[in-house]
Amino acid sequence: MRNYESTFSKLLLVLFSLACMAFFALPLLWLLTAPFTPMTTLSVEIPDNPTLDNFRTVFKNEFAIRALFRNNLIIAGGAMLSVAAVATLASYGLSRTRIVGRDILVYVLMLFSSVVGGTAAMVPLFLLAYHLKLIDTHVGVILVMTGGLLPAAIFMMRDFVDSIPRSYEEAALVCGAGPFRIFRDIAFPLVRPGVAVVAIWAFVNAWGAFLIPVVMLRSPENMPASVALYSFYSEAGTPVHTLVSAYAFLYGLPVLVLYLLVNWRFGFRFFGGIKS
Amino acid sequence: MEKRPGVFSGKVGLTFLTPALFFVAIFLILPFFWIFYLSFTNRTLTGVTAANPQFVGLENYQRLFDFDQWMRYGQFGNALKITFQFVLGSALLGQAVVGLTVAWAFYRRKGLLRETVFTLAVLAWIIPEVVVAFAWSAFLDVDRGTLNTILSAVGLGQPDWLFDYPLLTIIIFNTWRGSAFSILLFSSALETIPPSYVETADVVGASAWRKFRDIIFPLMRGHILTDLILITLWTFNVFTPFLLTGGGPTFRTELVSIYTYRTAFKFFEFGRGGAIAVVMMLINFMLAMGYLIALRRQKAVS
Repeated sequence: MRNYESTFSKLLLVLFSLACMAFFALPLLWLLTAPFTPMTTLSVEIPDNPTLDNFRTVFKNEFAIRALFRNNLIIAGGAMLSVAAVATLASYGLSRTRIVGRDILVYVLMLFSSVVGGTAAMVPLFLLAYHLKLIDTHVGVILVMTGGLLPAAIFMMRDFVDSIPRSYEEAALVCGAGPFRIFRDIAFPLVRPGVAVVAIWAFVNAWGAFLIPVVMLRSPENMPASVALYSFYSEAGTPVHTLVSAYAFLYGLPVLVLYLLVNWRFGFRFFGGIKS
Repeated sequence: MEKRPGVFSGKVGLTFLTPALFFVAIFLILPFFWIFYLSFTNRTLTGVTAANPQFVGLENYQRLFDFDQWMRYGQFGNALKITFQFVLGSALLGQAVVGLTVAWAFYRRKGLLRETVFTLAVLAWIIPEVVVAFAWSAFLDVDRGTLNTILSAVGLGQPDWLFDYPLLTIIIFNTWRGSAFSILLFSSALETIPPSYVETADVVGASAWRKFRDIIFPLMRGHILTDLILITLWTFNVFTPFLLTGGGPTFRTELVSIYTYRTAFKFFEFGRGGAIAVVMMLINFMLAMGYLIALRRQKAVS
């Protein structure tokens, strides 16, 4: 009886897993075969002679390549650096000073950012950038993204900073080191894994963003890959699907690589802890 | 949490916090108040009302809540209705149920099956939104798309998903896109439950459903609440379906976020866009408040 039941439940689990895999993988399957297919098609087919011609053609498109390898790197790299730097400093300050009600402060900030965030905030943010003469600049996009990502980044960093021991810092303080020296030479090296996780998280978010750049940028030569890809399949008549898929593949690849990196190095999990 | 004296004085702490405070003040708090002001003006991007916006009182709100018009396609009431169905379908029924089911199915299990399912779900969640929207538009193609190829092979016809069932399609799309968060959250919540609780039930021979209902669910109530509110807030504000449908056909998938976008950035009516944004933020605010109150009540119970 026991054996029968465990075999049965194992079979059930396998079937359930297969259903889940199909649900999550099937919509993306075409994106894995199409870039290597010589003929334009929307069917999933393993090409007989896989080709890299689609990628070669994509690399000849100056607009597409500038969007991906220049604009996207500037925007995502800039947002990554500013989010990681500001969030690390802030969570260190929050962790090492007695501030009344700091936990509540961080929670309120998180909720506030989800209340203000999203499309609703784009109207005043656009006008703000307009008055600061930051429309159609990468700096404007980076600043707005940093503002949006910061509360969640501080929330994540806090756990990392709280978990490193204070005794070294206290000893250094006794020896007369200043607070910024203590931060740079003692705390920062210890909290580096946390900085890496938050930096990658910010990079992936900025890398994939569509709404902020499409609203804030004007000229085609400043557009990141998200806007370029969207214009390829939505505006330009009948798109050559295999070419667009090759571009989408190139654009999605870094996220996949970073996910694998984080998974291998730290184990993909919730950073910042879950409070029930 | 234990109270410990800080390593540094408050002044030093504030110095570390200054850059963050700058960003929060300029990019979160300022827009919040600006949007209220904007919603009472007729501010536009160009023309006379760009340089000298007039105070128009409640006009923007009156137009938004013009009840003769507002349930028509492309109007605010209709967008609210669609958003409500979308949140109900893809957050509460979709992501939360998928999350709970998957997390519970793989409870206390390790191995390849679990790893594969979790990895695929996470990839659907983190790949750039334009890439997944493009992949889905190919997936849903009437003649050659993967979905209809499979369906017609088993004799279920070839519907034009984005035209015949646009709302259902974006609900499933968003469930697919966002389930990973609930799966991960519920899995970590399940790990905190002592195995002995479930082992006792195993000895008595309780069914999986009974174990879930009588042991797991009561212990996870707080996590379920956290999950529901977060995914509700996110789904309410999500813009990604625009990349798949553009809000169409004939406004049938025009969520409030897309409606805001169209008003503010296609017609550049910032005053009206501001009024919509205020209403959206109020709804967001009520959801967040509901979360805090429910969480407090939950803590008082346990």
